[in-house]
Amino acid sequence: MVAADSKSNQPLIELSELSVQFGPQSVLRAIDLTVPRGQTLSVIGESGCGKTVLLKTIIGLVRPTEGYVEFDGKRLDELNDKALTAQRTRFGYVFQNAALFDSMTVAENVAFPLEQNRNMRFSQARDVVVNYLAEVGLPDSVMNQKPAQLSGGMRKRVGLARALAMDPEVILYDEPTTGLDPIMSDVINELIIRTREKHRVTSILVTHDMKNAFKTSDRIVMLYPLARLGRDESQIIFDGTPAEIEKSKDKRVSQFVRGEAGERLMEMREQANR
Amino acid sequence: MSSASANPNTDNAPRGAIMALADSVSDVGAVAIRWVETLGDISLFGLSTLSWLLTRLPRRGTLLNSLYNIGVLSLPVVALTGTFIGMVLAVQSYTQFKAFGFETRLGALINMSMCRELGPVLAATMLAGRVGSAIAAELGTMRITEQIDALESMGANPVQYLVVPRFLGCLLMIPSLTLMAVFMGVVGGGFYAIHVLGIDSYHYWSNSREFVTNWDLFYGIFKSVFFGATIAIVSCYRGFHCAPGAEGVGRAATAAFVMSFVVILILDFLLSISLDNVHEFLWPDMMKG
Repeated sequence: MVAADSKSNQPLIELSELSVQFGPQSVLRAIDLTVPRGQTLSVIGESGCGKTVLLKTIIGLVRPTEGYVEFDGKRLDELNDKALTAQRTRFGYVFQNAALFDSMTVAENVAFPLEQNRNMRFSQARDVVVNYLAEVGLPDSVMNQKPAQLSGGMRKRVGLARALAMDPEVILYDEPTTGLDPIMSDVINELIIRTREKHRVTSILVTHDMKNAFKTSDRIVMLYPLARLGRDESQIIFDGTPAEIEKSKDKRVSQFVRGEAGERLMEMREQANR
Repeated sequence: MSSASANPNTDNAPRGAIMALADSVSDVGAVAIRWVETLGDISLFGLSTLSWLLTRLPRRGTLLNSLYNIGVLSLPVVALTGTFIGMVLAVQSYTQFKAFGFETRLGALINMSMCRELGPVLAATMLAGRVGSAIAAELGTMRITEQIDALESMGANPVQYLVVPRFLGCLLMIPSLTLMAVFMGVVGGGFYAIHVLGIDSYHYWSNSREFVTNWDLFYGIFKSVFFGATIAIVSCYRGFHCAPGAEGVGRAATAAFVMSFVVILILDFLLSISLDNVHEFLWPDMMKG
């Protein structure tokens, strides 16, 4: 009982002093972040501030230059390839443009994790695929279509169905509503909420759609581009609830939340002239 | 006061030339380092492919699909080019052979060239052009659209899932393609020599049989296996390391062909020397004779 309690109190994901650098370019610097089990966290911030890199580092697709990611008490950087792969299968990842395999049909895409991780044959996985597609509101008729034949919203939903087929403990959403019309965006928001309630998953969303963040999240974290930060400033400039972010006094945060350019255009022109 | 200090330009001129020379040497050095790094990367990529090949074979459906795409769909173009190369050889060599009265030995030249050199190199070139570029473009597109990341995120190893079937496809199908190129070259050369140039068919074929042996056929097929492996590894590597955007995919496809072709020619040279040495070691009398 005590052991179970201590496990549930322990954060599921913990980033410690996490830095990522590609060649000379530093993208993330000394990020400290914990995500408790069951929480839905939105990571917001301008394009290019390192949100997607953060998500890919959490699942081990990008290796940190410094610091580490701890998932369920295990440091990912200390795992061998086999153990890291095993940890990855506890995640579902909904990619920005769905990243469906375009040589496969919709059904084959959703069945892929079942074939890969549960050793199911495609014929066995078919019924499970129908259920997952129904869960994201897609009819059986799309099963034999190729991803190129689908609309953006349908592709995102197939991506979510494929992530659900992993039977994940954590779902990572990379800009789930980008490029969708407002109604389809709200459909995706509803699906994120329903998925959390039905499957009791921990969710991390990377987004710059504030409606998406407000509607789905328990907590919002804002990242700021390193290029515009001082040496000792933290890259996380806000960490709080959706209600708190609306009242934030930090100009950088309030501008982003309200979608106001402010002096950004002037700054960008000055940078370009320099 | 020295003359050099009296005119500073005379002092600066050699210094500028030395700096320019140093820059050039540095540029050449940087290119050489990049080449060595790429070579090392490709070798590691090849070793990783071999280790996955020994660990886990691809699924039957995936492998069959790969064999079909790489082998069966390449047959027509390899057959067509093989036929024309055989006929061109007949056209080009006929005048010289006729001048010495050796026209009935044309078959020996054509068939020997097809078996040892043109068959395998031609099949490999067509494979690098048709399949290698397509592999690089396909995998490059998968890289930039995050499909390779998606594979990894679902617990699949991209090398095992994407590279091993293509590697096996190239490795297993290139001997058949080489045989097809050789066969069609022999047929095309024979057809032109006998039916157009009017060379006596009995002497044409009997001279061919006398000079071309099973070793010549083995020689070509043996080399082709190395060419197939090179095409698969280089093309998959280029696809995996594709730069973003349509331009990146285009460059990956072009680089896959160019690099495969250069490596094929270098390998061809080295393997030819090695195989001749092996032949000399096994059958020393034949080399003298």
